[in-house]
Amino acid sequence: MPHPLRPFLRVTALAVSVLAAVTSGCAKPTGEGGSKPSVIELLNVSYDPTRELYKDINTAFAKHYLAEHGTAVSIKQSHAASGSQSRAVVDGLDADVVTLATWPDVEAIARAGLVKADWQQRFDNASIPYHSVVVFVVRKGNPKGISDWPDIDRDDIEIITPNPKTSGNGKYSFLAAWGSVLAAGGSADDARAYVERLYRRTPVLDTGARAATATFSQKEIGDVHLTFENEAHLEVDESKGALEIVYPKRSIRVDPPVAVVDANVDRKATRHAAEAYLGFLYSPEGKAIVAKHHYRPWSVDVQGPPEGFPAIETFDIGFVAGSWDSAMKTLFGEGGEFDKIYQPAGGAK
Amino acid sequence: MTSKPRHAATATSPLGMLLITGAVATVGLLIVAPLASVFVDAFSNGPQAWWEALAHDPDTRHAIWLSLTVAPIAVLINTIFGVAAAWLVARFRFPGRSLLVSLFDVPFSVSPVVAGLALVLIFGRQGLLGPTLAWLAVKVIFAWPGLVLATTFVTLPLVVRELIPVMEAIGPEEEMAAVSLGANGWQVFWRVTLPNIRWALLHGVVLANARAMGEFGAVYVVSGHIAGATDTMPLRVEKLFQEYRTPASMAVASVLAALALLTLVAKVFIERQLETESQELEAARAPGADTDPTTGGLGP
Repeated sequence: MPHPLRPFLRVTALAVSVLAAVTSGCAKPTGEGGSKPSVIELLNVSYDPTRELYKDINTAFAKHYLAEHGTAVSIKQSHAASGSQSRAVVDGLDADVVTLATWPDVEAIARAGLVKADWQQRFDNASIPYHSVVVFVVRKGNPKGISDWPDIDRDDIEIITPNPKTSGNGKYSFLAAWGSVLAAGGSADDARAYVERLYRRTPVLDTGARAATATFSQKEIGDVHLTFENEAHLEVDESKGALEIVYPKRSIRVDPPVAVVDANVDRKATRHAAEAYLGFLYSPEGKAIVAKHHYRPWSVDVQGPPEGFPAIETFDIGFVAGSWDSAMKTLFGEGGEFDKIYQPAGGAK
Repeated sequence: MTSKPRHAATATSPLGMLLITGAVATVGLLIVAPLASVFVDAFSNGPQAWWEALAHDPDTRHAIWLSLTVAPIAVLINTIFGVAAAWLVARFRFPGRSLLVSLFDVPFSVSPVVAGLALVLIFGRQGLLGPTLAWLAVKVIFAWPGLVLATTFVTLPLVVRELIPVMEAIGPEEEMAAVSLGANGWQVFWRVTLPNIRWALLHGVVLANARAMGEFGAVYVVSGHIAGATDTMPLRVEKLFQEYRTPASMAVASVLAALALLTLVAKVFIERQLETESQELEAARAPGADTDPTTGGLGP
């Protein structure tokens, strides 16, 4: 008489052996991998809209570094909302370099002791290799006739922008809207009232820039999407004619900073490659890739837009809030202006 | 064996028709249509493109492989834990027992995102165990062990919950008989306990595996989103979608959906076995009560 457990045991034995095979193979690729210095592995922790940019940068840089130093580099990428990414690095995400959306996101990592305090002096232009501006994306033919900030202050217009608490794009959109009122001669009270009206007509607050893009372009919610120029171009290109960009008269200059994560590169012995990687963004080859992806590359000549980019009057964070520190406190901090303004409507999360 | 005829409500009554239409429409709209659209989108550029999206993108390949690694490890941990915990709870009475049973359900009531954040707070760099782990050079959060932990957490109740009622229904008699005949602990387990619970165990394992493969929330928090390193299949689906690569995204989703369908088939098969088994259990106990009119009940 066959053992009653035989079929069951056979299945179990098979499962266990498959599992053993899989788990034994598992440790290798995801493990430390530091024993073999033949390929340097870098991790670039970045924000949402830079995915396509860094895919190209990585390929070009790997070629460049191999030619220059004879060492192969492989760069891994991590993308999510800038604020969340900053928090993740502080919590132990093993970034060699961070390329984030806003100054406070890098500064938070510096204050946690992982990046040295002088990080802004390490690279040109206060470690900001490229700029952008906040622009409008509207539906084909601009059906609501949106051309500047006052136009989106109407009851029939729904605005899409991510959450300024987690997203750099969200912060810049908030600051751009606020600053547009100040730049037009309005008072802080006017700015507050204007921004409050905008967020009252924001049906969804996504956590990151890319999710907001999907909400506007793929789920087709809202009439105007406030976003970075580079993200706007990608969004419009992908829409195949369903969307278009509108440049407002004035907007905020977006300054996404970069930094080498000192604590991590020193532990992993990857400093040389990490510094070369960020330096590459300032090289002619790097700048060409940056411009191709619609980021405005840094140049010594800061007057006027780089070649191929439309001129737009810009103001910076200093104009809107004095500094990032005060913006973080008075606008985006606990109980700050955004908290006072934004009361989630019934259906919004 | 033909299944027993069940009460068939006359579907001609207006209420019956209404209910049936409602049920079919709901299932069709909420389950069949989205599932079908996943496959339609996945194959929108033909099977060749589908295959290339899965096999020729190293990040996607890695995500599939990572899911196929993380899920079985989590399920294995759950199986060992589930059997031990169910045995403890079903066979012993001790202070705090009902508290323990309620604790098994915590992963069902806690949001997966909260679970993930809790893991970060314990195992992260600034967490409780952060300095120790850094000193040992062990990476948990933002590496595969964190994915395993998060997945194990959310699937924890599935095996143990499945086993407790079965073990309680079977009762300790057979195990005690084996012990009285001189069997040691492992012999009792392999020859008596396991054969009795095998289908319930397999049922729990299949459900846990399905949940593990599809887990998003908890894994999202602890993964760190590193393409080609810590993206599991569900995370890859989201990432591809956000990168405007919808067909590729749906190709990965179609693999997940196919796994879900496979799980469904396995589940139905196992449930049939479970039903047969419980009938056999009743039949086996019935002869003892040959002259007793109270047949079929669980003997005292």
